[in-house]
Amino acid sequence: MIGIAERGAFLRHRHRLSWAESVPWIAAVAAFFLFPSYETLGAQVLIMVLFALSLDLILGYAGIISLGHAAFFGIGAYTAGILSAQGWGEPISGLVLAAIVAGIAGFISGWAILRTTGLTLLMLTLCFAELLREIANEQEHYTGGDDGLRGIRMDPIFGVFEFDLFGETAYLYCLAVLFIMFVVARAIVHSPFGQSLTGIRENIRRMHAVGAPVHLKLVTIYAISAAMAGVAGALLAQTTEYVGLTVLSFIRSGDVLIVIILGGFGRLYGAFIGAPLYMVLQDQLAKQSPEYWLFGIGLVLVVVVMFAPRGVLGLLEDLGARFRRDSR
Amino acid sequence: MTALALETRALSKNFGALPVAQAIDFRLASGARHALIGPNGAGKTTFINLITGALKPSSGSVHLAGADVTALSQAARVKRGIARTFQINQLYRGLSVLENVCMAIAERTGAARAMFRPIGRRGEVIDEALAILELLSLGDDADRLIRELPYGRQRLVEIAIALGLKPRVLLLDEPAAGVPTAESHVLLDVIESLPAEIAMLIIEHDMDVVFRFAREITVLVAGEVLVVGTPSEIAANERVREVYLGKKTRHG
Ligand SMILES: Nc1ncnc2c1ncn2[C@@H]1O[C@H](COP(=O)(O)OP(=O)(O)OP(=O)(O)O)[C@@H](O)[C@H]1O
Ligand SMILES: [Mg+2]
Repeated sequence: MIGIAERGAFLRHRHRLSWAESVPWIAAVAAFFLFPSYETLGAQVLIMVLFALSLDLILGYAGIISLGHAAFFGIGAYTAGILSAQGWGEPISGLVLAAIVAGIAGFISGWAILRTTGLTLLMLTLCFAELLREIANEQEHYTGGDDGLRGIRMDPIFGVFEFDLFGETAYLYCLAVLFIMFVVARAIVHSPFGQSLTGIRENIRRMHAVGAPVHLKLVTIYAISAAMAGVAGALLAQTTEYVGLTVLSFIRSGDVLIVIILGGFGRLYGAFIGAPLYMVLQDQLAKQSPEYWLFGIGLVLVVVVMFAPRGVLGLLEDLGARFRRDSR
Repeated sequence: MTALALETRALSKNFGALPVAQAIDFRLASGARHALIGPNGAGKTTFINLITGALKPSSGSVHLAGADVTALSQAARVKRGIARTFQINQLYRGLSVLENVCMAIAERTGAARAMFRPIGRRGEVIDEALAILELLSLGDDADRLIRELPYGRQRLVEIAIALGLKPRVLLLDEPAAGVPTAESHVLLDVIESLPAEIAMLIIEHDMDVVFRFAREITVLVAGEVLVVGTPSEIAANERVREVYLGKKTRHG
């Protein structure tokens, strides 16, 4: 039994930082110095982390399953890309605009589809992304269609840091943006609003019964998540100076879903484990067998879902808990 | 006379061809202690769902404190002081008891709109939740997850969440359902100790409880109000005995 004064201490202190939270950031900075020749790949990993983090907000917290999250990634990528190709190369304003446009798209589409649930919702998210891909394909004049958008030229960040060939600036730029986005995401999930998203996931009927504006909350987090996905897309456009139709593809939506399932959803840091794991796995399997690598991914996914339903992060947490028990 | 806290006028609902609420006229005064009884499938839970707005009526209207709320959402009705418990637990099973109650309080006070300040810094929400838990002798369970709690205590959390909404009208759908008789007195003691100004409607099958608690009883049969009266009137009513009470009651 706990003392009366300590009741609720876990809730009062849950938002406090723990030392373990510094690990992924230390790793990301260390990687910059340890693997200088992999910075371009590293930036891609960071972008995937951000994209997966945005999905975690809706999937892991609010319980919205989406098969079309690439829609917002793509909107962000094209917004930043077109802006630059039209002559506006300042990166930060490109990111902000991408976030706004993707956020608005998330708000409007979310308003329309988030009254549905389950399979219907899944299909609608998918349709929305496919629809956008078709539009991007049609509007060749702006998007470059199948050939992709070229002519993106980025100005130096803050007018100082030039994007270099080795991707050093790109890596640090992505890391800085990811960090800012993470701070926002972390604040949201620990807030009363974030808590009520968990409530929607846990029991939507009860949520209505306590008078929560469920639809508004869902649309709000959907828009925030969309904006964040848009920033990830914009980072890709800006750091690779290219946008292809694949930014909107079903495969990209599927990739990010796999990343967050592998890493573990509903805990923010799942994205940090899932993204590098998935990208390394993909890379290795594709090297081993260019034909059957997807089969390998599928197999890993099945094993994770069956034996570690809370993802690799969940597995680590369980191991950590056991270790602490044993060492007592 | 005291104002009506809740009123329904000719409230009707059909599920396809099945009428589950037939022109129900119902009145609940402020501070009322009212019981709704009727056989299984009579439409009692449906009636609560119509009042709270979880279901849309086929026709008729619902009034809270004199205002027509028929067109309002569930959330808007909760804001006007209506709260309910569920016949089958509807809790956040993966969250702690404390968080369950905080959820209701945060919605009521508007704290739930805040996006950046952590809930842990919302001392007033947490303290209020702890006070409610203390009142229901759930204090020691505050940090436990719902799914680790015995069913009887989970039923108490149902009530705790409703109290977190500071209701003027409280609808209790079989609060002791699924709880062994030996433990159900805890729940009933709690319900009897609630503030007198809350108007309460309780659905209950145990006649001893009904007669102990209620000052007025409505008998619902096949979606229709059979009779409304004081406990003694109901106990003496021939038709009620025929369709519902049978020979079970000792209060005849
Ligand atoms: N969503 C629904 N769709 C169709 N029929 C329903 C629905 N909900 C309830 N019913 C039917 O409506 C009738 C009334 O159900 P309700 O749950 O209101 O009864 P009740 O009086 O609460 O019964 P109990 O004492 O068993 O809780 C039942 O015949 C039930 O099968
Ligand atoms: Mg019922």
